[in-house]
Amino acid sequence: MGNLNLDIPFFFEYLFNPPDILLYGVWLTISIAFVAQTLGVIGGLFVALLRMSQRWWLRELGKLYIWIFRGVPLLVQLVIVYTGVAAAGLYKYPDIVIGPFTLSGPMQAAILALSLHEAAYMAEIFRAAISSIDRGQFDAARAVGMSPITAMRWIILPQAIRIVIPPLGNEFTLMIKGTSLLAIIGIRELFGTIQQLNAATFRTFELFVIAAIWYLILITIMGFIQKYVEAYYSKHELPAQQNFKKKYKSRNLLSNNR
Amino acid sequence: MSPLVKIENLYKSFGNSDVLKDISLEIKKGEVVCIIGPSGSGKTTLARCINFLDTCDSGKITVGNDLIGFKELNGKIKPLNETKTSKQRRNIGMVFQKFNLFSHLNALENITIGPTKVLGTNAKESVDEAKDLLKRVGLEEKCYSYPSQLSGGQQQRVAIARALAMKPILMLFDEPTSALDPETVGEVLEVMKELARGGMTMIIVTHEMGFAKEVADKVVMMDHGQIVEIGSAEKIFSRANNPRTKAFLEMML
Repeated sequence: MGNLNLDIPFFFEYLFNPPDILLYGVWLTISIAFVAQTLGVIGGLFVALLRMSQRWWLRELGKLYIWIFRGVPLLVQLVIVYTGVAAAGLYKYPDIVIGPFTLSGPMQAAILALSLHEAAYMAEIFRAAISSIDRGQFDAARAVGMSPITAMRWIILPQAIRIVIPPLGNEFTLMIKGTSLLAIIGIRELFGTIQQLNAATFRTFELFVIAAIWYLILITIMGFIQKYVEAYYSKHELPAQQNFKKKYKSRNLLSNNR
Repeated sequence: MSPLVKIENLYKSFGNSDVLKDISLEIKKGEVVCIIGPSGSGKTTLARCINFLDTCDSGKITVGNDLIGFKELNGKIKPLNETKTSKQRRNIGMVFQKFNLFSHLNALENITIGPTKVLGTNAKESVDEAKDLLKRVGLEEKCYSYPSQLSGGQQQRVAIARALAMKPILMLFDEPTSALDPETVGEVLEVMKELARGGMTMIIVTHEMGFAKEVADKVVMMDHGQIVEIGSAEKIFSRANNPRTKAFLEMML
């Protein structure tokens, strides 16, 4: 223990009074994860519908997509999509300016790679959710004259979403953590920023514990949001539970009403 | 008067077993037809073929002016895609054994979703209609209940209202009371009787012989995928010719 090298004041200083670049890194992590997850959900739904199409070649296309993007490690995909493509002279990402924001090349590549990868996982989640819905719901939707698209939009998807939310929350936590890989293509999100601070201070242990704490905070907040959303989407089951509770609250041993 | 529903030489088989064998049947407007028979005789499949939820292998079904699931073009018959077939289904209401109410929607929304999303009726009008329909089936106080909060009989009555909201020219009932508790069967049958009295054309697959006897203009006895006997309720229940019909009724009554 003679060589213990911990700088406790440094740790608390960076924890409770984080420098702006660290906060910016956290913001970047959240926003990249959010955008990529949203695109991944949309893409995943699309791929799931391909997977369940009536046409065999669309189904095969969906399978091929999932096979590739679920099979190749995210880190490898990232390097191919950004560094690889540029190195081979295939494509150079131009800066995209949207109003006051500039989307740099690495950011575009990051969002693209994360979304494509995520879509493969979301596709399987959507497919499982849709196929778990009772056949009778499809029958009833068809019987009232709904086209397949109308039935999907108004009957099947609203019910599927409820089933999708718990695994979606799980996917989003993986996504938040997955953004830490983006440091390799030079994005200064939370992990990248911590690395940068580390290079200047060499307080590796303190800084990475701080990173760990930040990730835990993000994921805890995420958990609260998920709980709220789950409750919202199961509202059609809630009233029955409430009635049940009400009924049994008023029926205790001491009261006369039965 | 030409019949409202015309079924011609319907065949269907799953693998080696024939589910429907040469079914032909004509139903006039306003007629109430009960289909009876032992389980596995193809009654449900027949009902599901009429609105093309199941497809037959060969044969023709005409409801009103529509050749169900197909179109006739220059004398040739071509299959319709699902979107076009769904347009034909608007005219045909269906009530299922297991109700199949949309579980994420309350009673009112279950009824309005068809008119608003399929027919494009405006929201207010369809809500008013839905409330009238719920009143008709005796459930006006259950507007905002979700299916999980309703009893089987109540769910089935909402399901009938949902089908009626599309203003169908024909109603199909696939064993509407088979999944119900005995004490709620009556309330559903009462609604169906009311509907029959109102002149609705109905095809009812049922095991309720008393009900069939009372409301049916025509009773169809099926066995092993074939129509064994067709006749008025009076004829089938008191003077059936066919030995299979007799045996079946003896077992049921």
